Amino acid sequence: MIDFSLSPAVKKNRDLIHAVADGTMRPISREYDEREHEKPTEWLNMMWEASKDMVSFGEGKQKKGADRKAEMVERHPSERTIRSAVLIEELSWGDVGLYLSIPHPALGGAAVAAAGTPEQKERFLSRFRDGEPKWGAMAITEPGCGSDSAALTTTAVQDGDQWVINGTKIFCTSGLMAAEKSEGFVVVWATLDKSAGRAGIKAFVVDHHTPGMTVAKVEDKMGIRASDTAMLVFEDCRIPLDNILGQAEVKQSTTGFKGVMATFDATRPLVAASAIGVARAAVDYVRETIEAAGITIRYTTPPTKLTTLERDFMEMEANLQAARLLTWRAAWMLDQGIQNNLEASMAKAKAGSMVTQVTQKAVELLGPLGYSRKTLLEKWMRDAKISDIYEGTQQINLLIIARRILGYSSQELN
Amino acid sequence: MLGFQPDDEQQLIRDTVAEFAREQIRPLAHDADETGLSPPSVVRQAWDLGLVQSTIPEAYGGVGAESSAVTGSLICEELAWGDLALALHILSPQLVTYPVIMLGTPEQKAQILSCYAGPHFTAGTAAVMEPRFDFDLNALTTTAEQHNGEFVLNGTKCFVPLAADATHLLVYARGDNGITAFLLPQDTPGLSIGEREKNMGLKAVATYELSLDNCRVPASSQLQGDIQPVLNRSRVALSAMAVGVARAAYEYAREYAKERRAFGTAIAQKQAIAFMLAEMATEIDAARLLVWEAAWKIDTGADATREACLAKNYAATMVLTVTDNAVQTLGGHGYIRDHPVELWLRNGRGFATFEGLAII
Repeated sequence: MIDFSLSPAVKKNRDLIHAVADGTMRPISREYDEREHEKPTEWLNMMWEASKDMVSFGEGKQKKGADRKAEMVERHPSERTIRSAVLIEELSWGDVGLYLSIPHPALGGAAVAAAGTPEQKERFLSRFRDGEPKWGAMAITEPGCGSDSAALTTTAVQDGDQWVINGTKIFCTSGLMAAEKSEGFVVVWATLDKSAGRAGIKAFVVDHHTPGMTVAKVEDKMGIRASDTAMLVFEDCRIPLDNILGQAEVKQSTTGFKGVMATFDATRPLVAASAIGVARAAVDYVRETIEAAGITIRYTTPPTKLTTLERDFMEMEANLQAARLLTWRAAWMLDQGIQNNLEASMAKAKAGSMVTQVTQKAVELLGPLGYSRKTLLEKWMRDAKISDIYEGTQQINLLIIARRILGYSSQELN
Repeated sequence: MLGFQPDDEQQLIRDTVAEFAREQIRPLAHDADETGLSPPSVVRQAWDLGLVQSTIPEAYGGVGAESSAVTGSLICEELAWGDLALALHILSPQLVTYPVIMLGTPEQKAQILSCYAGPHFTAGTAAVMEPRFDFDLNALTTTAEQHNGEFVLNGTKCFVPLAADATHLLVYARGDNGITAFLLPQDTPGLSIGEREKNMGLKAVATYELSLDNCRVPASSQLQGDIQPVLNRSRVALSAMAVGVARAAYEYAREYAKERRAFGTAIAQKQAIAFMLAEMATEIDAARLLVWEAAWKIDTGADATREACLAKNYAATMVLTVTDNAVQTLGGHGYIRDHPVELWLRNGRGFATFEGLAII
């Protein structure tokens, strides 16, 4: 079926989360943009209490049976990703920096869920069900490599019944909270054998407060300031042998590395959904402002007869919806068990460039109001740009799309 | 519940039309453009597919199939992928039949629809556009004034496909309450059909300018009710065709780029070309989804005016970018008429202008 309606269950969830975004995120949005490196503790605690029971990263059925929301997710596995996309859009509409700072297993949790053993899932993910707020984080990027993650230089060496990790990781979202400010964990990508290239790269779970892991710096950023972005330094950091995700042996094949890359097929539509939330915030604000000024958008008038304002606004709306539909398609495919590597990258590439253009145009359209810090528009423009960079830059996603449509390997098109 | 796959019946129709476009339309597109002639054989074969007759109710000799706009958009994309001019020719009777099915009185249906349910292609058309730089459907300069129980039409129309052969012409005009439309037989006094037009693209389908000079028509020839749903279906149809033209150009450019070598590799292995192709593929999918969403909304019975307009504007911009990039990918060869990409660019340029040339 070709159908663009969301299920009643997803709509109900969306309305609930929208109320949270509007009622609790917007009021503190500007404050935690200005007070970078401070945390809205009360709000984070509230989100932790509200969401911890909903954590469902494939760790199996909830034993306690107390949570109806989690059960609902279990009963409708075919809606899991689309539901996440819709809810993330709402939270990012509220404030994308705050959304990113919510206590959650996040990308580190996704890696454990995707590649961990049942024992590892229980050991690392069950902690998100109760107690104090906790964060998970993923550390891939290094000072010398970003998109080219196969070039990473952080090493893991076996010493008796431990792995010894050495290296420096940067741009680690919630790295501070996961490593030092909660009982969370960081998934660190390191190589067992540099000469083996991608085949030597493995993921290791480093628990919070492990000696040898230090937060060396928390970055000052253009936007998403409510979310901490950390530099983590590993100096003879020792972790148990069974903290490796997947097999320890270095095979000739690169299936392990490809497994890592495959997690992006699941996360890219969600990053795209987040970009869509930010863009929608800007589009909604522009619409409210011009409608309050008595301007009606004349949809049926030919573009050549429209005012520039109308034309730009309609283009923003169409671009936003185009990105949303590409994103929903990629999410829907994942829920249906259909390979979505191409479509996930299309969604991410489109949403990243769309939100950048839409928020910049919104600032332009509202003139002095757009540029002022009295409104949130300029903040959304600053927040937007990261969507075109993280979880695969615009260019990396275009490269993936190009390889898929042309049938080229990474050697044939690089 | 969200879904992005055509159902089995839609997929069957899509595959059938796609095969027809690939086997019967595409091989003739170049010569049809050069000679300015729609090959009668392809029009006849297309008629035999039953695309037009199927949506006419059984009572009037048709099949009475449900006229889903989503299914229609799948058909339009595939036909236009074959060739836009021939697609418009093949589907042109729908310019009359759809509005009559949607808005016609029982008398109008009885009088009109059976003409288009027979074994042979019968030309029908609509006169929507006007020869003005500021043409605007909401502000037509063709007028319809009521006089003693009849209407008097005055004005000039352009881009009327197959006007010289059409049994009926649906003429759009500005009435007392906004846009309205009248069903005119070919021989209506005061209606005169001018010379065949010469256009940048769409050369294979004959289009005409026509003038209405105190053209008197009975009140019974007026289509009753809100005409906006007809316009929405028209915009969705044209948008779906824009997606088809763009996809044709993109696929050709992609295959060319894999063959053509420069500096020791295929040019598709250069990021400058590869990224262009990646963006073309993404934008085609984006436009198709907007078209499908607008069509889906039409099928739910809701007002889809906004969605249809946004989809049309988006698709019209997209097809121009994509066809232009396809010519660019082929470089100098793209400019030569031996390759079809320049034809697709000429055809693609029209979508920002076109109104009412197709309806689903």
